[in-house]
Amino acid sequence: MKLIKYAMLFITLTTSSTSFAEEAEDKGLKIAQETKAIDLGWKDSSAVLEMILKNKHGETSTRNMRMKSIEQKGDGDKSLNIFDSPRDVKGTAFLSFSHPVANDEQWLYLPALKRVKRISSRNKSGSFMGSEFSFEDLTSFEVDKYTYKYLRDELVNGENCWVVIQYPIDKYSGYKKRIVWIDQSEHRIRKTDFYDRKDSLLKTLTMSDFHHINKAFWRPQILSMVNHQSGKSTVLNFSHYVLSTGLDEKDFNQNALKRAR
Amino acid sequence: MDNYSNFILKNKWLVLLASLLLVAIAGMGAENLKFSSEYKTFFKEDNIQLKNYLGLQDIYSKSENVAFIIAPKSGNVFDQETLKATWELTNEAWFITYSSRVDSITNFQYSYADGDELIIEDLLLEADMLDQEKISQIKSVSLAEPLLRKKLIAEGGEATIVNVTITTPGIDKTLETPEVATSARKIRDQFKEKYPNIDFMLTGIVMMNNSFPESAKADAFILIPIMLGVVIFAVGILLRTFVGTFSTLIVILLSVIGTMGVWGWFGGYLTGPSSSSPTIILTLAVADCVHILSTFYLNMRNGMEKSLAIKDSIRVNLQPIFLTSLTTAVGFLTMMFSDSPPFGHLGIMVAIGVSFAFIFSVSVFPALLSIFPVRVKQRNNSKKDSMDKLANFVIGNRKWLLPVSTLIILGLASFVTNNELNDDFVKYFDKRVPFRQSTDYMQEHLSGMTMIELSIDSKKESGVNDPKFLKFVADMSDWLRAQPETDHVNTITDTLKRLNKNMHADDPAWYKLPQEQELAAQYLLLYELSLPQGLDVNNQLNVRKSSTRVVATFRSLKSSETIDMESRINDYFNQHNTQYELILASPSLMFSHIGQNNIISMLMGSSLALILISILLGIALRSVKLGLISLLPNLMPAAVGFGLWGLFVGEVGLGLSVVMGVTLGIVVDDTVHFMSKYVRARREKNLSSEDAIRYSFASVGKALWITTIVLVAGFGVMATSTFKVNADMGLLTAATILIALIIDFFFLPPLLMLLKNDKNNK
Repeated sequence: MKLIKYAMLFITLTTSSTSFAEEAEDKGLKIAQETKAIDLGWKDSSAVLEMILKNKHGETSTRNMRMKSIEQKGDGDKSLNIFDSPRDVKGTAFLSFSHPVANDEQWLYLPALKRVKRISSRNKSGSFMGSEFSFEDLTSFEVDKYTYKYLRDELVNGENCWVVIQYPIDKYSGYKKRIVWIDQSEHRIRKTDFYDRKDSLLKTLTMSDFHHINKAFWRPQILSMVNHQSGKSTVLNFSHYVLSTGLDEKDFNQNALKRAR
Repeated sequence: MDNYSNFILKNKWLVLLASLLLVAIAGMGAENLKFSSEYKTFFKEDNIQLKNYLGLQDIYSKSENVAFIIAPKSGNVFDQETLKATWELTNEAWFITYSSRVDSITNFQYSYADGDELIIEDLLLEADMLDQEKISQIKSVSLAEPLLRKKLIAEGGEATIVNVTITTPGIDKTLETPEVATSARKIRDQFKEKYPNIDFMLTGIVMMNNSFPESAKADAFILIPIMLGVVIFAVGILLRTFVGTFSTLIVILLSVIGTMGVWGWFGGYLTGPSSSSPTIILTLAVADCVHILSTFYLNMRNGMEKSLAIKDSIRVNLQPIFLTSLTTAVGFLTMMFSDSPPFGHLGIMVAIGVSFAFIFSVSVFPALLSIFPVRVKQRNNSKKDSMDKLANFVIGNRKWLLPVSTLIILGLASFVTNNELNDDFVKYFDKRVPFRQSTDYMQEHLSGMTMIELSIDSKKESGVNDPKFLKFVADMSDWLRAQPETDHVNTITDTLKRLNKNMHADDPAWYKLPQEQELAAQYLLLYELSLPQGLDVNNQLNVRKSSTRVVATFRSLKSSETIDMESRINDYFNQHNTQYELILASPSLMFSHIGQNNIISMLMGSSLALILISILLGIALRSVKLGLISLLPNLMPAAVGFGLWGLFVGEVGLGLSVVMGVTLGIVVDDTVHFMSKYVRARREKNLSSEDAIRYSFASVGKALWITTIVLVAGFGVMATSTFKVNADMGLLTAATILIALIIDFFFLPPLLMLLKNDKNNK
């Protein structure tokens, strides 16, 4: 009798722990889907971006650019960056068609050569302009990029957040996993911890100064990335951030790239 | 004096227990002791070369590395199996603890033009892409690419390197470095098993850092017990007393444990050099005990009652032992003048140990002798006769002994200048150490371990893009490559030339630097945007793009050659420009300079010690003249020792620069004992000079002889260390101590007898 009791207890516990695990994965996925769904329909965006890089020695350097993006259904966004400073790269323009799992398609216009060059490289994990942001950090959030696992609820800066692990599916991603804190009031990502392939904490990204653009979409204006292993950091300051201004596909092709000023 | 001896003997148990308690408390501090894991401990914090080097690591990125050498037994890297192994190891290496970057021929970011497309990708992206065509491509590209040839691939294609850059948090180096080494070794072992036709070896700065504490531990845990055994054995055999040997062992243990404990309480750590301190303390403790034992046994054989024999021995030996301990401590304390902290630590630890040894040999030691029953064997007087015979020989032949020995001494000492200063930190580890073997292989087949980093500063933000600056850097790199000693130069200008060619449909005529500032900047931007994680240009360019780091690798250079290269580089730089700034840094530079600086500071320290010790002797012997005479037998052994070294070896490194300080203290002991007996005989007993010499030989001759054997044996064991710094120190010290005895037996007595005419009987 006792044996059967213990056996039943054992079975219940193991199934409930596996079902709890499944629950965690489902919940994580659900949160991701909600986060994406809330952010659909912004159509296009434009902003001015200031990027400040700092190394362990305290040296800083600033890069300025203008960014435009256009939403894609069921795929990563297209974006066009026009660099305004440093002076030597003024006028250089960068076009990117991002994809959740496959390689991004990228082109660079070099004013000094007056030519567009397509870049083929597995650089998704690589650093953007020498900063602590990699390409995969800057491209849009797509549900298909990751698998998920919900961890817990946590309070961050007075906001109740879900803490979810995201495991990149693309094998050329630079990360083993990311842990994100998503606030429960507006599904905004507040903080992200990035873990390298060794599963050691590599970077932490903090988002702040959220603007409610067009009273519909939340966008952080300040993104601050710290690399714990190298001691370097990058701060992104957005300004003049607007959405749905009526940009279309022909603003995001190679001709647009050449015309970009 | 009598009161003291009485006190000790009456309270022998109390003395014993108190000492044991004291040492037990001190010994608890030893728990805090840790072995330091890095070469940086050899330098003071304000050392210029160290500061420059650390500065560059902060501005650019770390350059400390673990390098896997992949050497297929077939001798050809460019086959399916080896390239696959290289690809696998490149991927696996990202999992090494604290790795921040992996570079190999397979993940080299190869750029080429394809129509209007610029393709930048790993030379071997996936292992299943390996077919004959791919293999040929990898071979031709890697052997032609200046960034790879001789650095990551041998010119003859017989070996390749996977280089892992390590960035440790720096919170506790003593834990972090071994962690990296362990995880690297695990991977090496996995691959060795998987690919039995390929040799996998480990080298790199981090592996070197790890070899320091490993060598130190080997010395501590293997050599020291051996030495203890040798010394105890020698004492037992030579003096033929079990009680005496056992009591000596107790004194040794108390002195060593006490010292290590006190050092631990001070928060000290152990390094290669300072881990030889137990060895040195041990031998000095034995010397003290041997003197007391000799007199004690002599007394007992002459029929004295035991406690009287002990008291007399203390009375006769206390001052000399105090004096020798003091002079030894002074000699070792001068090592604090060294520019290299581990040697200062060694000096302090030995000074503490010598003090403990003195205290215990005149307290615990007699107490133990008193407690234990002592049997005196009827010994024939043969030993005494042999010292007598020696005395008579020296006295009889003093007419030619003095000039001949002087000539020999001067002759050998003249070779001192044959010695060249050289610190090759790779050779600090002898060939038994795996790190040495791997590094020797790398130096033979790929490139040396002597590196110099050149940080060239344009002084302007984005100044790196200036075509004038780029041309300067490229020209300087070419000049470096033209130097006969250079194996490899890593410079961003090579990358820019290649990109220029790629952007012009791979036309080789375009393999040159861009001529416009904006073009250079945009090429760099293009390149930067194309690199995967960890392979960015931060190791070559700083954040403000105002300066670039060029890394030059040379075949193994001696310290003097490294310093010469440094000044040649500075000369070239100053002759060819006035607006840019140059900082040179590397571990090679650090070690090359410290050897030189250290010699100067050690010579100063030793001179000071010599003066102090001579003054002390003059005071103790109550004669200025004798104090001055003592300078000769104190100084000569080191001169002859270094002279012999100059004759047979010719190279002096960091370790040997301290030998003079070390041996001075020990060598003085012989002089002190011999001369104090001589003086006592002349003054107290009013003996003639010749009889005083006989008295000296008779009373301390044997003890000197025994302590010399013990010390030579002890330091001889140290000479077998895998850590060259310690091994050389052990060998030269052993030789010098032996020479000191010879000088004290054959040169000093004739000298004393010669000079006696100038001095009245006091």
